[in-house]
Amino acid sequence: MIEVKHLTKRYGNHTAVSDLSFTIEKGQIYGFLGPNGAGKSTTMNIMTGCLAATSGEVKIGGHDIFEEAKEAKKLIGYLPELPPLYLDRTPKEYLTFVAQAKGLKKKEIAGQVEHVMEVTQITDVQSRLIRNLSKGYRQRVGIAQALLGNPEVIILDEPTVGLDPKQIVEIRDLILDLGKRHTVILSSHILSEVQAVCQTIMIIAKGKLVACDTADNLERLFAGTMVVELTVEASAEECRIILSSFCKKDRMEITSVEAGKCEVQMEVEASDPDTACRNIFFAFANAKRPILKMNMVKASLEDIFLELTAQETEDEEE
Amino acid sequence: MKAIFKHELSSYLTGVTGYVFGAFVLLFAGIFSMVYNLQYGYTNFEYALSNMSFIFLIIVPVLTMRVLAEERRQKTDQLLYSLPISMVDVVMGKYLAILVVFLIPMAIISLYPLVLSQWGNVFLPASYGAIVAFYLLGASLLAIGMFVSSLTDNQAVAAGLCFVIMLLSYYLSALADFLPTTAKASYTAFAVLILIVAVIFRMMTKNTLSTLILAIVGEGALFVAYSVNSSSFEGLFASVISEVSVFDRFYEFINGVFNLTSVVYYLTVIAIFLFITVQSLEKRRWSE
Repeated sequence: MIEVKHLTKRYGNHTAVSDLSFTIEKGQIYGFLGPNGAGKSTTMNIMTGCLAATSGEVKIGGHDIFEEAKEAKKLIGYLPELPPLYLDRTPKEYLTFVAQAKGLKKKEIAGQVEHVMEVTQITDVQSRLIRNLSKGYRQRVGIAQALLGNPEVIILDEPTVGLDPKQIVEIRDLILDLGKRHTVILSSHILSEVQAVCQTIMIIAKGKLVACDTADNLERLFAGTMVVELTVEASAEECRIILSSFCKKDRMEITSVEAGKCEVQMEVEASDPDTACRNIFFAFANAKRPILKMNMVKASLEDIFLELTAQETEDEEE
Repeated sequence: MKAIFKHELSSYLTGVTGYVFGAFVLLFAGIFSMVYNLQYGYTNFEYALSNMSFIFLIIVPVLTMRVLAEERRQKTDQLLYSLPISMVDVVMGKYLAILVVFLIPMAIISLYPLVLSQWGNVFLPASYGAIVAFYLLGASLLAIGMFVSSLTDNQAVAAGLCFVIMLLSYYLSALADFLPTTAKASYTAFAVLILIVAVIFRMMTKNTLSTLILAIVGEGALFVAYSVNSSSFEGLFASVISEVSVFDRFYEFINGVFNLTSVVYYLTVIAIFLFITVQSLEKRRWSE
């Protein structure tokens, strides 16, 4: 559906996006994830024709965004970081204008405007001035604008920024709903959001794509090790002796909490965590030291994200 | 283009700008035609128009300051860039809307000569020729104003800059008359002009090499022309200035000359400024 090849954007000496390539398939929700200033908005602006790339190409449904701008732009609906609204208009007037500018047929306009207002639930405020609408409603009007003309791809740049928690949940539900009929690409620097909404996650750092996979795969890929947390009734010294038979010193951390009790954190191979747990259990059982608590911790997406984006920064410094 | 036109026109007519503008034009047309036609009893309506041409200094900045600057400030230009329309559509749509807003008071003014002719001997072709010229003059200045608005995201800056440009073009030929008419003075004036153009070119393109080539070729050609025939430079600068002055062209019509070259000249000015407005919008895609 969308092909991005070797995209580079430079501002003077600063490279905002460097040699970015990826493909977007039909019918999924994609998440662009990256810290602030990673090049998410720049990439989206280039994909929608708002900005020219220094080099590289973007093809939407086979149409180059610059060579065949009109055909390509008809396939996408875009909500920029700040919703581009005319404050002295009502949502209805505004949407009618956008529908006309998108070249919709005269007969269709009223129906389409009505339809997108229903989908985004702004029918109630349709004749109030946009100036007087809350941020959440403005965001909805922005999304409604992107939906006009029923484009195949909807691109949303940080759609939930600045909204209150209730509005965030509502907008997320709306995006999930849109994902059933459109291909949706959204950007965010909030991980939980991308995790909750997107099927495929693309992590961008310093203008480069550092990972692109489903949330589960990313976790599996990077969770090479798992951490087992224990609380045992034994002294730190005893624990070390008991565990030394099957765990190297540098892979465990033992802290004594109170007299005769200590907490252990140890890394185990993720491929077979059950065996590790069984070994730990019998080792302590044989030594007649009771395990009070045992817990397995998966490396979370958050850790992966931090690790990936941090790596990128280190490379840069070298 | 139609959507942009409708949208722009309705924003002039739902707000106060369109009405204040129209009232302002009509107020001055009323004052001057009262003074010249009714009090002094001239039968030439064009005198009233000629004396009110200074109102462009105020109405052009008022009408054009927000047209593109405000889009940029409110970030609604992002919408225009992402819509399946070209920048030519955007600029043409907006310009036509401005023209219509300007046409409304002019249509009312067009009735004045007819009314006056009821009580005196008014030579209508001269009056209407002057009204057409007045409209063309306004249309060219509005195109310039629109270009100025595309340069900044601040309405006030756009208005100020536009006012300065209007003021300069209003007094251009008067200022040029103060210049010495010797060949050497003309040569120097042209040489300075080429340097100014080169500096503006450098600011817009940020390309030193092509600026140097432009400046050297320009100055070289000027020098060759001057050394071959220096006598032709006498008073040339002043006459060139008065040729390109948009206001000077208008005064010809007041004197009852309907000059087609001037009509073509106005249309050219409009086309040039609309073209560079489009370029200015396109350029923002690259540098922003």
